[in-house]
Amino acid sequence: MSLTYHLQIVNLLAALLLLISFAMLSQRRIVGLVTLFAWQGAALATSTAIVAWSTGQHHLYYSAALTLVLKVIAMPWFFYRLIKKLDVDRDVETMINIPTTMLIGIALVIFAFNLALPISQMAGTVMRSTLGIAMATVLLAFLMMITRSKAIPQVIGFLAMENGLFFAATSATYGMPLVVEMGVALDVLVGVFVLSIFFFQIRETFDSLDLKHMEKLKER
Amino acid sequence: MEIYWVLGIPLVGGVFLALWGNRRNAPEINALFSLLTLIAAAWLTARVIDYGPMLIGDGWFFIDSFNVFLVALTAFVAFTTALFSRPYMRIEKEHGRLNDKRLRLYHSSYQIFIGAMLLALTTNNMGILWVSMEAATLTTVLLVSLYRTPASLEAAWKYFILCGVGIALALFGTILLYFAAEKILGSGGTALLWTHLNGVKTQLEPTVLQLAFVFLLVGYGTKVGLAPLHSWLPDAHAEGPTPVSAVLSGLLLNVALYAVMRCKVLVDGAMGTDLAGNLMMGFGLFSVVLAAFLIKRQSDVKRMFAYSSIEHMGLITFAFGMGGAVANFAGLLHMTMHSLTKSAIFFAVGHATQSAGTQMMDGIRGLIRTNPTIGWGLMLGTIAILGVPPFGVFASEFLIITTAMHEHPWATPFLLLALGVAFASIFGKVQPMVFGETELPKLPHQPALTPVFIHLGLVLMMGLFIPPYLADWYRQAAALLGG
Repeated sequence: MSLTYHLQIVNLLAALLLLISFAMLSQRRIVGLVTLFAWQGAALATSTAIVAWSTGQHHLYYSAALTLVLKVIAMPWFFYRLIKKLDVDRDVETMINIPTTMLIGIALVIFAFNLALPISQMAGTVMRSTLGIAMATVLLAFLMMITRSKAIPQVIGFLAMENGLFFAATSATYGMPLVVEMGVALDVLVGVFVLSIFFFQIRETFDSLDLKHMEKLKER
Repeated sequence: MEIYWVLGIPLVGGVFLALWGNRRNAPEINALFSLLTLIAAAWLTARVIDYGPMLIGDGWFFIDSFNVFLVALTAFVAFTTALFSRPYMRIEKEHGRLNDKRLRLYHSSYQIFIGAMLLALTTNNMGILWVSMEAATLTTVLLVSLYRTPASLEAAWKYFILCGVGIALALFGTILLYFAAEKILGSGGTALLWTHLNGVKTQLEPTVLQLAFVFLLVGYGTKVGLAPLHSWLPDAHAEGPTPVSAVLSGLLLNVALYAVMRCKVLVDGAMGTDLAGNLMMGFGLFSVVLAAFLIKRQSDVKRMFAYSSIEHMGLITFAFGMGGAVANFAGLLHMTMHSLTKSAIFFAVGHATQSAGTQMMDGIRGLIRTNPTIGWGLMLGTIAILGVPPFGVFASEFLIITTAMHEHPWATPFLLLALGVAFASIFGKVQPMVFGETELPKLPHQPALTPVFIHLGLVLMMGLFIPPYLADWYRQAAALLGG
C-alpha cells in the first residue's frame, strides 16, 4: 500500500519534469532557463531519492545526492556566475516561434510514449510508466537545442537531455551501475568546465555568444 | 599488470605536461611519454599473443586479439604523431599562430586523449566504454579550436554539439543494453561487463537489443563519421592543428567503430538475424558514395582528405556489416592501412601547408621542386590511399570488393563507382600540387617526415607480404567478430 503512495509522488514528480521541459522550451531569457534547469534537477533528485527509499536500492541514494550536488547546486551556481561574467544576463532569444515549437513538442511527447511502450511493458520496476516521460524529456531537450541560436541555452539543452537519460535509467532499471553513473557525472562536469573556457574564446573572437555568426563552414 | 602501464603512462603524461608543458623541451617530453606508452602496449601485445585473451583486474579489463591490435596501432600512431608534432608545432609557434600557454594545453590534452582512447579499447565495461568515448571528445574540443580563429571555434562548437548529441544517443543505447542484461545477470556492476554479456547473449531480449543497437550505431556512428551524421568531421579536421587531424582521422574514428563492433557481436547473438549487419552495410555504403562525390567539390586540402576518411570508414563499416571471415579480415586490415596511410598523408599535408602558407589547394604548387621530401611523401601517400596495387590498401579493398561481389552483388557497382570518382578527384587535385609550376619558397626548417616514410613503408610491406603471425592475429580477431 505504501508503495503505491510513493509511486504517486514519483508520478507527480515525473509530470513536473515534463512540465519543466515545456517551460524551458518557451523560456526566452537565459537566467530563467538556468533556474528552470535547477528545478528540473531538483525534481529528478527528489524522485530518485523516493524510489531509493521505497525500493531499498541503496545505490540510488548516491545518484540522487550526485544529482543534487551537481545539477541543483554546482552547475546553476556556475552558470549564474558565468552569465554575470560574460554579461549576457539580459540576453533574450528572439528568433524562436514559441507556439509552433510547443506544438512540435506535443507531437514529440506522443511519439516518445509510443516508442517507450514496448520497453516499459517489459520493465520490472515500479515506475516503468514514467519511461515515456523520460524519453519525452530527452526529445524536448533535443528540440530546444535545435531551436536555440545562443551558446548557453544550447548547452543547457544538452544538460537537460542528460537529465532525461538519467531519469530513463532510473525508470527502466533503477539506475545504471554506480561506477558508470560516476563516470557520466565526471564527464558532464569536465564538459561544462571545458565549455566555459570555450565560451570565453567564442566571446573574445565574435564579441557575442550568438551562434548566428558561426555560419562560415558550409559545403559550397 | 601491463595494462596499468598502458593506461597510467598517458595519464601521468597529461598531468605532468599540464604543469610543465610550457617548457622549451615539452615536445620531447610529449614524444617520450608516447614512446613509453608504445613500449607498454608492445609488452601487452606480446603477452596476449603468447597467452591468448585475458581478463585483468577482477574483469574490469578485457584484452583479446581484436582490441589488442587496436591498442598496438593506437600507441604506434600516437608515438609517430608526437614525433611529427615536435618540429611542426615549433614552426607553428614561430609563425605566431600559437603561444606557450596553448602549447601546454595541446601537449596535456594530447596525452589525455590518447589515454582515453586506450581506456575505451581495453575496458570490459560497456558503461566505461561510453564514458571514455565522451572523455576523448571533450579533450579534443579545445584542440580543434587551438588556433582560436573564428572558423576553428565554429568547427569545435559543431564538433562538441554533434558528437555530444550523438554520444547521448549512445548512452541511451547503453541504458537499454543494461536493461536487457539486468534481467539475466542481475543488477549491479557486472551486468554491463562485455564478457558476461557475451556469455549470455543468446538469452538477451531481441526487441530491446534491436532498439539498443539502433541508438548505439547512430550514437557511436556519429563519431565514426558515418553519413549523414558526418558533418562535424571535415570541419574539425580542416580547422584543427594537423597533428590533431592525424590522430582524429587515424585513431578516434577506429575507436568509435570498435565500440560499434563490440555491440554488434552482442546484438547478432541475441537476434540471430542480419539486421545489425544490414544497418551497418547501409550506413557504410551511403558514406562511401556521398563522401566520394563531395571530395570532388573540395578546395581545402585537409577537408578533402577528411572526406576521404569518411569514405574509408564507410568502406570498413560496410565490410564489417557483411561479416564472415574474409570480410572481417579485410575490414581489420583496412582499418590498419587507413590509419597508417591517412596519418602519413596528414603529416605531409601539414608541412606542405606550412611551406605554402595556405590550405587552399590552388595555393600549393610544385612541391617536388621546392621541398622534394614533402612532395614525394604526399604523392606516395595519395597513391597508397587510392588503392594502387603494391600498397596494402589495395589488398584490403580488393578483398572487400570481391567479397561484396560474391555475397552482395547489388552493392558492387556503387562501391566501384565511388572508388573511381574518389580516385579521379583526389589524384587530379594532388598531381598539380606535387608537380605543378611554382614560385613557392622552400620550407626553412627540416620537415619531420621520417614518420611518413615509416608508415608508408609498413603499408607497402603489408601490401606485398603479411607476416604469418600478423595474418594469424587478424584471422583470430576476425573470427571473434563473427558474421
